[in-house]
Amino acid sequence: MADAPRAGQPNEAAAAPDNSGGGRFVFRADVLDADDLRRAHTRIAHEIVERNHGAERLVLIGLYTRGTAIAGRLADAIESFEGVGVPVGALDVAFYRDDIALRPVQPLGPTEVPVDVTGRVVVLVDDVLFTGRTARAALDALTELGRPTAVQLAVLVDRGHRELPIRADFVGKNLPTKRAEDVRVHMAEVDGGVDGIELWGPPDGAEEEGSRDGEVAG
Amino acid sequence: MKHLLSIDDLGRDGIEDVCDLAESFLEVTQREIPKVPALRGKTVASVFYEDSTRTRLSFETAAKRLSADTMTFSVSTSSVKKGESLRDTVQTIEAMGVDAMVVRHPSAGAPHRVASWVDAAVVNAGDGRHEHPTQALLDVFTIRRHRGPDLDGARVAIVGDVRRSRVARSDALALAALGAEVTLVGPPTMLPESLAGWAATAASDLDEVLEGLDVIYLLRIQHERRDAAYFPSLREYTTRYGLTVERAARLAPETLVMHPGPMNRGVEIAPEVAEGPCSVITEQVANGVAIRMAVLYSILGSGTLMSGAGGSGIGGPGTGGSEGLETGAPDV
Repeated sequence: MADAPRAGQPNEAAAAPDNSGGGRFVFRADVLDADDLRRAHTRIAHEIVERNHGAERLVLIGLYTRGTAIAGRLADAIESFEGVGVPVGALDVAFYRDDIALRPVQPLGPTEVPVDVTGRVVVLVDDVLFTGRTARAALDALTELGRPTAVQLAVLVDRGHRELPIRADFVGKNLPTKRAEDVRVHMAEVDGGVDGIELWGPPDGAEEEGSRDGEVAG
Repeated sequence: MKHLLSIDDLGRDGIEDVCDLAESFLEVTQREIPKVPALRGKTVASVFYEDSTRTRLSFETAAKRLSADTMTFSVSTSSVKKGESLRDTVQTIEAMGVDAMVVRHPSAGAPHRVASWVDAAVVNAGDGRHEHPTQALLDVFTIRRHRGPDLDGARVAIVGDVRRSRVARSDALALAALGAEVTLVGPPTMLPESLAGWAATAASDLDEVLEGLDVIYLLRIQHERRDAAYFPSLREYTTRYGLTVERAARLAPETLVMHPGPMNRGVEIAPEVAEGPCSVITEQVANGVAIRMAVLYSILGSGTLMSGAGGSGIGGPGTGGSEGLETGAPDV
């Protein structure tokens, strides 16, 4: 069973909705509302099946915490129009990160992949693609589970500022952001309440204070 | 925190955090490649002034599964035979570039002294009769995995030479911190002279406490040492305090039977009970690796758990009721 996520995890992927960057952040804009998110999930699900000419060899692996919820929704969508049950796994990348000991890195839940990934197409699923360091760690974590024939990456938001040569194969929305800003994703399964993605940032004139977020949190 | 010297360093939240973290590491240990790169480039030295198989192997396995390098210092093959002091020894080891030292010593408080001499992190792997915190953590972790995370009101009996057992002390502290009701059971010569600091009750009749137990924890009788002086005969000990087949039959079916090992089969525990459906003794060993991974990762990796430990590394052996650097009867 997936543990409840531990509180206060600054993480590129799980842009913590509560307190990341401190309480000084202010709301800037709605990025996607619940309906937008539903449509984005449906479209990404179709793109995944189209790109792979079917869903038979697929496995969707969500990165903790919100990636696991997104992977589950993508699998539900694929099953609804394709009639194929795609295996869904959960991957914790904490022990593969390159910033252990630079900041507190805590695992978010146990890795659970129900099938052998060798010979399958793995779609890694996350909420936000930022520096690419989480995706890099995920590739290392995945390598130890087997040798997929291909690995693809699906994200709800690509916010730019990549620090590694990594790109997403499936994107819900491209969102240009400032590095100091914070993309906050709410998923009902994880956060309760209503789905939605918001852009937050430091108050005007305080941009330089927020700039440390992107440096280490990667 | 920097060191893990006593269960008191952790408190309830710290114990629960380490157990939660160990869940992730338990999953890692069950993989086909049971290894993660989390502590690549770190070096962990085992500094053992006392014999041990399982604790030392468990720590070294844990370090290797985190991709740390390991060094082993064992007193029987070292310059200690030439009269080198503990301080000189650990400072020499540290000079080789060690990030953490796992210290076992027959004297209570020795790991605390080591922590005051070196910059490396120090983990207490058993000091005299004082404490064995990672054993307590793996025991709590094992109980939680069977009962769920809430140990409030769980009834636990710790049976044996409680007075001279570092396992009993650390386990009682950890269980009490989580709200369990701990009863120490043994002949009066083996119960603590005072229950001050134990957060437990004591009983000398095992048969009276058997009913309604959630956990029965049997300590090892160290008959090769001087334990024999504390009761008339091994046979009498078994008759009064051993978990025999007859006694085990009176336990509730979901009661967990635990033992820190190595067991004296037929003395404190009947072989049939040790192999029986209630026994989680083998699980304890497997869980020990996951817990020690969690401890090493907390100290060397994330550095976030156990933040309250602060300066407790320097000074005496804490409030556990120990009498300073006294040589006690080592148990596990």
